[in-house]
Amino acid sequence: MTAALLIDITLWGSVAALGFMVWQRGRVIALAAAREGSMDFINIVPRIALGVVGSGYIAAVIPPEVITGWLGPDSGWFGVLTATIAGAATPGGPVVGFSIGAVALKVGGGTPQVIAYVVAWALFAFQRLILWEIPFMPARFVWFRAAVSLPFPFLAAALSMVIGKP
Amino acid sequence: MIFIGVLVAVSVVLVWRRDGSSGVLEILTSDLALFGGILPRVLAGCLLGAFIAEILPHEKVSRALGPSSGLKGLLIGTAFGAILPGGPFTAYPVAAALLTVGADFGATIAMVVSWTLIGYGRAVAWELPILGADFTLWRIIVSLPIPVLAGALGRLVYVRLYPKGEPE
Repeated sequence: MTAALLIDITLWGSVAALGFMVWQRGRVIALAAAREGSMDFINIVPRIALGVVGSGYIAAVIPPEVITGWLGPDSGWFGVLTATIAGAATPGGPVVGFSIGAVALKVGGGTPQVIAYVVAWALFAFQRLILWEIPFMPARFVWFRAAVSLPFPFLAAALSMVIGKP
Repeated sequence: MIFIGVLVAVSVVLVWRRDGSSGVLEILTSDLALFGGILPRVLAGCLLGAFIAEILPHEKVSRALGPSSGLKGLLIGTAFGAILPGGPFTAYPVAAALLTVGADFGATIAMVVSWTLIGYGRAVAWELPILGADFTLWRIIVSLPIPVLAGALGRLVYVRLYPKGEPE
């Protein structure tokens, strides 16, 4: 759990540093900013609750074999396409996503396909979208961001095909 | 949020039909524990967003990251996303704060995409040990141009969709 501790220290350290900078501009401003942040927090808690609890259930109805199947050793652009869909549909945190990528590499998936999978997972993983991006950002921004990101797993795969293997 | 609510309700019913109420309860308790663990970080992220919105001067942000900030704005967004510490609980509140103090969709897209693709946090903590250094470096190298390209595409589409600026 040292990684988590490190994250918490950096996180609250940044909060303290920025809080101090705001404080130097005046007590009233600092209190107003802190109140605003706390109100954001209170407004966001129900949405996060739905996201955390809800995405657990959504993840439970998606069997992992389905994801690995999509990432199978078929190569070419069809493989890139299924890898992209698989990345978006992968439930769970980074451990799940990267482990599936590692398994796919071991069973013979091509590097471009696995790169497309990891990039698609980073860009579109539904659980992160539901749990984090939609509660915090304006919904219009999230859909917009996802839509303009669509070509990029394919671009990453193409780049890796052109440049060759690592 | 309604769409997500419906999706969740359907999934709960599916889990209940497959595993019974004990399966439903098991997921509920583990997710509630996760939720409790996340909450303090969410609070920290919200405070960070509010403080950043207070400290960053509006005119400077809209000049550096606004609609007419050009390639430089996209590059600043990309660099900011790459060095931002913490997880989604910092990235998204900070991105939302940038939007409110004058960054445009393009620069904010560059920041979010850069955070998720080339941010060092997840790569060092998870990708490196699981997928190995060769693959991770390779993946990051082919991902390098993506944040700027996504931001540029976002700007292009945004101007076509909303030629008169932000609809409210």
